Amino acid sequence: MPFYVSPEQQMKDKADYARKGIARGRSVVVLQYDDGILFVADNPSRALHKISEIYDRIAFAAVGKYNEFENLRLGGVRYADVNGYQYDRRDVTARGLANVYAQSLGTIFTETNKPYEVELVVAEVGVEASSDQIYRLTFDGSVADEHGYVAMGGQAEAVAQALKDRFQEGMSLAEALKAAVQSLEAQDSDRHLEAKSLEVAVLDRNREHRLFRRLPAARIESLLGEDAS
Amino acid sequence: MVEGRSRVASHESHTGRLPGLFMNPGTSSFTDFLGAYSPEMLPGRRTPPVSPVGDDIPHGTTIVAVSFPGGVVMAGDRRATAGNVIAQRDIEKVFRADEFSAIAIAGTAGIGIEIVRLFQVELEHYEKMEGRTLSLEGKANRLATMVRGNLAMAMQGLAVVPLFAGYDEERDTGRIFSYDPAGGRYEERDFYSIGSGSVFARGALKKLYRPELSPEDAALACVQALYDAADDDAATGGPDLTRRIFPVVATVTADGYRRLGEDEVGAMAQAVVDGRYDSPGGPTAPLR
Repeated sequence: MPFYVSPEQQMKDKADYARKGIARGRSVVVLQYDDGILFVADNPSRALHKISEIYDRIAFAAVGKYNEFENLRLGGVRYADVNGYQYDRRDVTARGLANVYAQSLGTIFTETNKPYEVELVVAEVGVEASSDQIYRLTFDGSVADEHGYVAMGGQAEAVAQALKDRFQEGMSLAEALKAAVQSLEAQDSDRHLEAKSLEVAVLDRNREHRLFRRLPAARIESLLGEDAS
Repeated sequence: MVEGRSRVASHESHTGRLPGLFMNPGTSSFTDFLGAYSPEMLPGRRTPPVSPVGDDIPHGTTIVAVSFPGGVVMAGDRRATAGNVIAQRDIEKVFRADEFSAIAIAGTAGIGIEIVRLFQVELEHYEKMEGRTLSLEGKANRLATMVRGNLAMAMQGLAVVPLFAGYDEERDTGRIFSYDPAGGRYEERDFYSIGSGSVFARGALKKLYRPELSPEDAALACVQALYDAADDDAATGGPDLTRRIFPVVATVTADGYRRLGEDEVGAMAQAVVDGRYDSPGGPTAPLR
């Protein structure tokens, strides 16, 4: 015979469950730099990506349970490609994608027993920094429109605080990458991150057609070695 | 959910969330996904007209491709015809398929352009879903399936035949694939041509082709061949010096797809036309 559980308690339990799952993972940061948007994940895997291309100007970053956010990524790529094929490539927007993600996550959170243990960022690079869009989505389908930078995952608060101290508008790629890596190192007191344990990608507004690009380890190393002048 | 599906492609109209089909693991093919989700959007799923259509629908004409060491060049004239009328004098029939391949079409222009769009999305979609690009043969086979899907239309006079060329990263060479309306896929050696003027263009290329052509010379051979096609085929357009409309020429090499600039092709076309004042038949090949 089932016990009565109040809706408040039920939602709170689910939210606690999802938060705990997300807090176990490593962090990801997303921040603006002068030529676009930079994504940095503390992720040593070369095959299981936390950062991915969705469309010409749109990319996706996630933390939490791999199979769950991978599902959302596949859905997002299909959504973008169907809309771009049916209408025009310009008609695929991060706002639209953030909306369907929010609705999907919200439905999963309220209607199923097990919520998704994920947190996402959907970002679209604009023609100039002021038209960049960064949306952060949480496991219950809430959406926040972020400016400048976002940190998510385990120890997200410590990372966000470290990023807040380092972030400035209009940083170069090297400066932004250094700020991101130093902030990710704030996850633990003795964490040191090397190029090969980082997954780094950019949406570079000066490229053509598909603006998403992954940075190989050699390039990360050389950027981290540059003087922040 | 079924009604309104084609209008609001990717939302469940009452909840706004992604339909279940979008979140299923499963195919990395865009065409297969669209076939399951919204089949009426696919070119091959429509009912063909009951009686053959006449010449009133625009047709694209001549395409040539020439391989050279380390890549391939593809070019197309700019004319579309509907019967004896020039339907379009600046149509584009050569397209970027993805970073390392190019596709061009001859035949019914409307369906051809739709197949090209679908093929472009198909390649990019696979790349994003799988995190790797298809092999060149994989791409060529995928295109064969799309052409085969159009067979019923082809029987009613709406045939489309593409030409596909790309840079093979494993072999460091350019490769050319041709198709027939039933979806037959054939790898061509050295050079190939399709469309109404192809007979003349191929004759010209036979005399102009050398295995050691530079990319610039391969492009020039294409422009010469298109001139010869336009010389003898009414449906192929020659370089239009008065309106500055020149063939679309694109190369695919290890550096990726590159469409030659208007000025580059313009200079080439001007040189070809100038040369023809002295020798209307174009460059002559040694007799022995």
